[in-house]
Amino acid sequence: MVEFALYNAWLVPLLPALAFLAIIFLTRPWPMLSALVAVGGIVASFVVSALVAYGVFTNPEFLEKPLVYAVRWFSMPGLNVDVGIQVDPVSAMMIFMVTMVASLIFIYAIGYMKGDPGFSVFFSYVSLFAASMLLLALSSNLVEMFVAWELVGLCSYLLIGFYSYKISAREAAKKAFITCRVADFGLLLGLLALQIVFGTLNLVELSDKVAHYEKYTTFGVLTLIAVLVFIGPIGKSGQFPLHVWLPDAMEGPTPVSALIHAATMVVAGVYLVARTVFIFAKVPAAMELVAVVGAFTALFAATIAVTQREIKRILAYSTVSQIGYMMLGLGVGSMTAGLFHMWTHAFFKALMFLAAGSVLHALHHKADIWEMGGLIRKMPVTGWTFVVGGLAIAGIPPFAGFWSKDEILVAALESGHYVLFVMAAFTAFLTAFYMWRLIFLTFFGEENPANHPHESPPVMTVPLVILAFLSAVGGLVGTPWAPVWSQWIFFEHPHHVEPNYWVMIGSVVLAAAGIYLAYQLYVVDKAKVKVKELAERYRHIYTILYNKYYIDEIYLWFNHTIIDGAAKLIYLFDIYIIDGVIVNGLAYLTGLSGESLRVLNTGRLQNYALVFFLGVLALVVLLAFTGPSSASLTLGGVK
Amino acid sequence: MLPLTVGLTHYVVLSALLFAIGLFGVLSKRNAVAVLICIELMLNAVNINLIAFSKYITPTLFIGQLFAVFVITVAAAEVGVGLAIIIAIYRNRLSVNLDDFDWLKW
Repeated sequence: MVEFALYNAWLVPLLPALAFLAIIFLTRPWPMLSALVAVGGIVASFVVSALVAYGVFTNPEFLEKPLVYAVRWFSMPGLNVDVGIQVDPVSAMMIFMVTMVASLIFIYAIGYMKGDPGFSVFFSYVSLFAASMLLLALSSNLVEMFVAWELVGLCSYLLIGFYSYKISAREAAKKAFITCRVADFGLLLGLLALQIVFGTLNLVELSDKVAHYEKYTTFGVLTLIAVLVFIGPIGKSGQFPLHVWLPDAMEGPTPVSALIHAATMVVAGVYLVARTVFIFAKVPAAMELVAVVGAFTALFAATIAVTQREIKRILAYSTVSQIGYMMLGLGVGSMTAGLFHMWTHAFFKALMFLAAGSVLHALHHKADIWEMGGLIRKMPVTGWTFVVGGLAIAGIPPFAGFWSKDEILVAALESGHYVLFVMAAFTAFLTAFYMWRLIFLTFFGEENPANHPHESPPVMTVPLVILAFLSAVGGLVGTPWAPVWSQWIFFEHPHHVEPNYWVMIGSVVLAAAGIYLAYQLYVVDKAKVKVKELAERYRHIYTILYNKYYIDEIYLWFNHTIIDGAAKLIYLFDIYIIDGVIVNGLAYLTGLSGESLRVLNTGRLQNYALVFFLGVLALVVLLAFTGPSSASLTLGGVK
Repeated sequence: MLPLTVGLTHYVVLSALLFAIGLFGVLSKRNAVAVLICIELMLNAVNINLIAFSKYITPTLFIGQLFAVFVITVAAAEVGVGLAIIIAIYRNRLSVNLDDFDWLKW
């Protein structure tokens, strides 16, 4: 079985893709059947992935040499592109995580999407979404990966714009797609440069060649390549300054938000950096860039999340912030820590999004957390699972987020990035604060009499409970005392972290302080007087944060003045130079010449005959006075 | 009386004169039938030319004569078509004056 799964890992992306085709072409008229096909596809894929993961993680040979099998896609001189599957610990972990989280989200979606007119279509899209992400995870070369990368972008477009009757959903879908396109342009340039310089895009060959890059290129070119490649993840993973699409992506149905934020889309950027880490490892400047962008984004998004009011928007900014953590982990040279945080984040962020979806489902899509309150009494399962997620993201031991966040902090500290360490630690405090602000306002405190919440059906709560369990224990695979994780997921050599008790205690204290502050402000102070006072006293800061640093407005301004201004100039150029001088000018010239030549066209046969005769006469004279050889030169005659 | 020997030059001069008369007629006559007749004149000038050169340069071969026969044949056909066109125009316009026929510019 395990052997079969290892050598047929291509089934993992294929099964959801088949489910997509089956739903689109066969089962679309029958919603429940479509849902069953989709869930069946992803669960079957999960079983294969679990077998692959079991096979990989019981066999240390995979650490030395990944299992690659590929077929030739196309070839021409100097360019050979394969499509293949690369099974190694990183990809095995990834497919296992993606299929597990996606299976739970799919099952949840059966309940959440119930009665939606686009039920079947929804399941076909999410199946394709999962298939694309799994292909991306298993790709053995960067062209294949890029194709999957774009497929992921396409599916996100389709799903964010799923409620296409809403203008905001359509706009958000376009925003996501266009923002990612901007970033993908950088990635594409990076890939082209890699192909030109190294002559291959195969991951294994590339890592061998980049290790001795001096033979192929200079340090400067490699730096440029690394930066270009990193632009792709900046867009896809919602890093500053291309994070703007991610908070708007919540316009899609909530299970889609969960998929995008936890398993299938934003982590693609982190995964790509992890896959091409051999390039970054050679270029310290690029590593610094990754770390700085990550740390800055983490802090930046966390400060925005503090003031937001919509439940899914807060979660969206927390995703941006947590992805920043992962980038920081990768950037300070610990692929282990970065991917570990991706692993734990997938569980608790999927959990929180699904729980938020359950809340929205119960409150008929009323999203403002200030209008909620006391929901835990009516929705105990949703509430308590969300609390588990909150503990996990805040970094309270022994929940999952604590271990991974701790590892990133330690990695930042040990590599000597003290400023980034302080930023990350402060972000940890903010994370605990805003997440527990959300929890206290939503689930505790006074009930809002306008709401009539009810607990969601078991098809939605069971995935929540499973995810809550995973969020609680998912981090135990990578504790500093039993570092199973770091023995398998690493770059070059295992990154063994000695338990750093100071960092651990510090991060727990920060998290507890954040939760305590939220408790004081939002539970003890029932009338929320302090909060209003604070908001009033620091009104300017509050406004800036509430408006997300006006990044969207800056982009809009840039678009309206710079881009539109340039467009206007070019429009004038088009009207007056291209159309005016060139196109109309040519036509005018032609007309003028016709106008002046038409007097020659008398229509009288005898005039024409005269001209004809004079022409012949001229030829004869020419021949007579210059001789045949020079005449034939002038007239271009034959020899 | 001078001994009159007719040579190639005489034929060529005759041919040139006939051709020039024909050309003048084609360019100046207003009557379409007259133009047609002048064209015949030019063709016959060419025929004389062909036969004369053939006779004086390659007397054993009959290339020129053969060519002339062809020209006569084609000229006959051409006159047939030309006269038919003139009659057709006349029926439409009641005129054979070439000055009236300047529709070729359209």
